[in-house]
Amino acid sequence: SNRALEGLKVLEYCDMVAGPHCGKLLADLGAESIKIEQPLAGDRARHRGPFAGDDPHPEKSGLFLYLNTNKLGITLDPTTATGKRIFRELAKDVDVLVEDHAPGRMRELGLDYDALAAVNPGLVMVSIAPFGQDGPYAQYNCYTLNLHHVSAHSTQFFIARFDDPGREPVPPGGHAGEYDGGLNGAIAAMAALFGRMLTGEGQYVDVSKHEGLLGLERVDICRFADGDSIIARFGMQIGGLMACKDGFVILTMPQDHQWVGLVEAMGSPEWARKEEYATEMGRAQNHDDIQPRVEAWALQFTKDEIYRICQDCSVPLGPVRSTAEVFEWQQARERGFFQEVDHPVAGKFYYPTAGYKLSATPWRADRPAPLLGQHNEEIYCGRLGYSKEDLARLRADGVI
Amino acid sequence: MKEKRLPLEGVRVLDFTWAWAGPQATLLLALMGAEVIKVESKRRLDHSRLRSLVAGPSMSGPDASFIFNTLNLNKLSVTLNLSKPEAVEIARSLTKISDVVAQNMRPGVLERLGLGYEDLKKVKPDIIMLSSSAVGATGPERLYTGYAPTFAAMGGMAYITGRLGGRPAPLMGTIDLRVGSTGTFAVLAALYHRRLTGEGQLIDLSSAEAVSALMGDAFMDYTMNGRVQERAGNLDRAMAPHAVYRCRDNKWVSIAVGSEAEWRALCGVVSDARLTDDERFADAFSRWQNQEALDEVIGEWTVGRTPVEVMEALQSAGVAAMPVYGGEEIVTDRHVLARGVIEEVEHPLMGTKKVLGPPWRLTKTPARVLRHGPLLGQHNDYVLGELLGMSKDDMARLTAAEVLY
Repeated sequence: SNRALEGLKVLEYCDMVAGPHCGKLLADLGAESIKIEQPLAGDRARHRGPFAGDDPHPEKSGLFLYLNTNKLGITLDPTTATGKRIFRELAKDVDVLVEDHAPGRMRELGLDYDALAAVNPGLVMVSIAPFGQDGPYAQYNCYTLNLHHVSAHSTQFFIARFDDPGREPVPPGGHAGEYDGGLNGAIAAMAALFGRMLTGEGQYVDVSKHEGLLGLERVDICRFADGDSIIARFGMQIGGLMACKDGFVILTMPQDHQWVGLVEAMGSPEWARKEEYATEMGRAQNHDDIQPRVEAWALQFTKDEIYRICQDCSVPLGPVRSTAEVFEWQQARERGFFQEVDHPVAGKFYYPTAGYKLSATPWRADRPAPLLGQHNEEIYCGRLGYSKEDLARLRADGVI
Repeated sequence: MKEKRLPLEGVRVLDFTWAWAGPQATLLLALMGAEVIKVESKRRLDHSRLRSLVAGPSMSGPDASFIFNTLNLNKLSVTLNLSKPEAVEIARSLTKISDVVAQNMRPGVLERLGLGYEDLKKVKPDIIMLSSSAVGATGPERLYTGYAPTFAAMGGMAYITGRLGGRPAPLMGTIDLRVGSTGTFAVLAALYHRRLTGEGQLIDLSSAEAVSALMGDAFMDYTMNGRVQERAGNLDRAMAPHAVYRCRDNKWVSIAVGSEAEWRALCGVVSDARLTDDERFADAFSRWQNQEALDEVIGEWTVGRTPVEVMEALQSAGVAAMPVYGGEEIVTDRHVLARGVIEEVEHPLMGTKKVLGPPWRLTKTPARVLRHGPLLGQHNDYVLGELLGMSKDDMARLTAAEVLY
């Protein structure tokens, strides 16, 4: 087989971004993933844009389409007695269950780890929640916006500050912290599977999106926890965000040889060859002399021009690229980072793939995101042994 | 009670990574119990061991870097000067007894040393190699270099981060750690595959692509609609209120409302007739259209309160409100304390240091912090003596010859 997670069976009972991203990471590497959605409405991501052609159709949400590749989709309402029974039947036959409901909700449904481990002792159950399963904020309501700000992932702290610190802080664009929660969920699921190889037992895994974001700041949080609050601001280093003819570039060069490279890239101007500029500390002390000159130099070029000039001298500079520019980027193109996926309702579009290329078991979209309930018959009749008449009754009763 | 086992017990990782992104990838493996052997040398110190603007002025030497400590918990250190052929030979011998090799040097550097994937595959056919670089190991720009802020810029995340109509915002260290976590997942998937099939492989990780993969929906907007998503500050495409509001002492609180029920709950708490009686705020669509006016009214309510007061008042009614935190507030936050997010580890030079454990809790085989980041060469005896069976005399000779250096 050339699928890394061939044979792994995953059940996903999740909405929106974090949980589905966890499921996607596993499914894209070959796990057989069944996604449970609420009958009629489905995953809430189906009702969020961006929509193909700006048509707010539940099968045309780009958010849903991206996050649910390679999954089989069924509908099920686990609040009904029959729905719960079917959920348990499904959980009996899988290696991993991923869920992202409010802490305590699965217990109310009778579908918590203890109940499911009783029918499947090998089950790895991953719960992804904003603040984890316990603690003072466990039951707090928290959207992506709140998650980013409470984790200090905003311009107040971990994103470079703007020149006008009196104004409101802003978070990273998009759903970054939610994607991170899903990535952490997938890592933890894999860890628990290795644990199972050692002990023969499944286990429960508590993933907090909040702690995922704190974990990305482990260096600075440790510093604060130890009472040392001196943080080098981006502004002390030469470079940072700089304007050029057609947009912005970012230059970071913590190492001295990279300054040497920059001087060379600038054509070795007289002003730059001062001895005190040779060290990072020396450059920081002369920041106000150096920075305007570097910025004036950068303004003469387009971002692509200055990218090549700097990189040819081993200077770590990168253009600030829009989604369009990333998509058109020759490097990403030659690496096949975007691949076409054909969806029966939304159409055929290029999708981002993954940051990694596994030589023996490459990323592959074997199937697009499922239509709502697309695989009900395959799963309920084909696997669980319900008849087509049962299916009709379950549908009429609102169970599926 | 018997100590619980760690999930990656028995997995060995030979670690050539440095800086932040690579060490984060192997840190997560080390927290899971993999034996991670970090290959370093005085000749080419991991720059997180060095004094710098980021490290601050308080560092006494390469063994006293809190940055290094926190990114290299649980790992072992062996000093190999890879400019010496004998050191390269030792690295090959260590590969033979390892499951994973990880590296994030400039593309081509390990290959020139004879330690590229093709070379290592010859000594260990089922080796898994994580090779992490700025833009990937193939393609016309494979030799290009970068750090977290440039990965964020080139992957597309900096472009969509910032105020509406404002400049893009550089993202920093968190991006490195995102890239590292992506690498950890890929290694675990490859290890899983090897357990089942016996087959190893090369993982070519592009940092810029790893960033792009964490904003897939924004790319879909472009590939489906030709629309380039722009910076939007705290705005949401559908929700309002969805903003940060000024509180007492120039602090901020974030509030987001996603349903009619949440809106009614917010109105109940804020208890201002201007919210309930105004047609402009009567339904979700109107609120989104008139959010500036809406934010003004809510801001008048928050400005006399602390962020925690706002959070508690609104959360008790089920409304999503959380303080905007900086570092000082995170480390004293009651939820962070109650969950035990910050742990202590004893370091031989720095004393008791605060560190963060893994961001997930495995109940039966918990990943955890076992020991401080290693001193330079702290485990030479174990790695070369015990694992490779080298004699004390040989090791002394290699030390004198600056092979172990």
